[in-house]
Amino acid sequence: MPAWTPDQPLIRIRDVHLSFGAVQVLNGISLDVMKGDVICIIGPSGAGKSTLLRCVNALVPIDRGSILVEGQEVHDAKLDKLALRRKVGMVFQQYNLFPHRTALDNVMMAPIHVLKRPRGEVEQEARALMRKVRLEGKEGSYPGELSGGQQQRVAIARSLAMQPDVMLFDEVTAALDPETVKEVLVTIRELAEEGMTCMIVTHEMGFAREIADEIYFTDRGVVVEHGPPAEFFAHSRDPRTRQFLSQIL
Amino acid sequence: MINLNPLWDWFRTLHETTGINLTIFYDPFDRARFFNGFLTSLRLMAICLVASVVIGVVGAWVQRSRMLVLRAITQGYVQFFRNTPPLVQLYFFYFALGSYVRITSPTGLSVPAVSNFSWAAIGLSLYAGAFNIEIFRAGIEAVPRETIEAAEALGYSRLKAYVYIILPLAFRISLPALNNNLVNLVKTTTIAYAIAVPEMLYVANQIWSDELNVPEMMNVLLVIYVSLVALLVFVMGRWERALRVPGYTPA
Repeated sequence: MPAWTPDQPLIRIRDVHLSFGAVQVLNGISLDVMKGDVICIIGPSGAGKSTLLRCVNALVPIDRGSILVEGQEVHDAKLDKLALRRKVGMVFQQYNLFPHRTALDNVMMAPIHVLKRPRGEVEQEARALMRKVRLEGKEGSYPGELSGGQQQRVAIARSLAMQPDVMLFDEVTAALDPETVKEVLVTIRELAEEGMTCMIVTHEMGFAREIADEIYFTDRGVVVEHGPPAEFFAHSRDPRTRQFLSQIL
Repeated sequence: MINLNPLWDWFRTLHETTGINLTIFYDPFDRARFFNGFLTSLRLMAICLVASVVIGVVGAWVQRSRMLVLRAITQGYVQFFRNTPPLVQLYFFYFALGSYVRITSPTGLSVPAVSNFSWAAIGLSLYAGAFNIEIFRAGIEAVPRETIEAAEALGYSRLKAYVYIILPLAFRISLPALNNNLVNLVKTTTIAYAIAVPEMLYVANQIWSDELNVPEMMNVLLVIYVSLVALLVFVMGRWERALRVPGYTPA
């Protein structure tokens, strides 16, 4: 297989099928993400959006199809999952911080435990990341002492500490109070502006419209329609897309 | 050195005036053998406490193994030790296994390769360890699946996720049940008496047979075991508080 070069899609998803028992979750989904792209995946619940992200990270195995991350097939039995997960950062709806460690420790743990990097160096970077997500002064707080929005920003910093090439955001504001949604979105926007490649599953249409290079509307496990935000929101063609947008806009 | 003779004399006077006969204080021979019995008990408890927790941690890890054989062996071990009386287990080790495990001493005699103290330590550790495996397993099952998934997504291997994330969280959840089992273990060390390990109950029996002071020795044992268990509970309580995480209540 030829080596991956940055002019090829960083993530290339082709005809991915997955069912949980009798339920067909992904039904031949395909999409590409170029380096530096920010794509937003929207669609009704049960469309398979979150499942797709989890497949990209090899948290869920697929039945059929292909997912290439930097040219590497994710669903290969010989795949080095550690190498994949170093490239792919993931942020979850429920933050999933490690509750027994402080915010700073949460950010430092994986580089030290997984990458075996020296503590002093990691700590410097972790403190810089805490500043970046505007949580200076919260380094010593435990997750249980932080608000949802703060926890989610720690989770973002925790992922960034692994220096991934792409970040997956799985409905990261869905569990937050309306007033803290913004602080998390601001952090993601800054990342996007710095050129981080992002795959974002979201229900925040305003945010998607503003941040995305490309919007994908998915329903019942397939991409129904996609396009740049301006075009997508103004001129959606598929009736399913129009119906979905009319319900939420 | 503090001169304890006045104290010993006080117990002698107590015996002479009231008939309460605590030879373990004023009689040097009884004092020495009771103290040795006390130390033997402490050693047995300390070894079994540590070994049973190690068995619990390792066994709970093996129970999550992808290898069916390993899981089956662990499960068999747990069931065997949970469902048979500890005294029977100890007899089995000492009399059944012990009769096979023999070596020839320099004098040419066939002698047991494993001492009765060692058999007691092995048997009781395995007994309490089986319960500890189940206790930790329950704690592990209470760790949210999503937390483990977050560790996986950060590139943690199964072992690293277990050591750094699952176990520390499971341990906090398991501590109250672990306390119970360890208290039980401390008390159960007395069955080593049955295979003639000179622990506290054994030497107390020797003493009351010689001195005919059964009620006194019974009270002594009672006070010592209550104190030891209280000490263990205190230490475990301190540990539990030290591990408490602000803003986090385990499930």
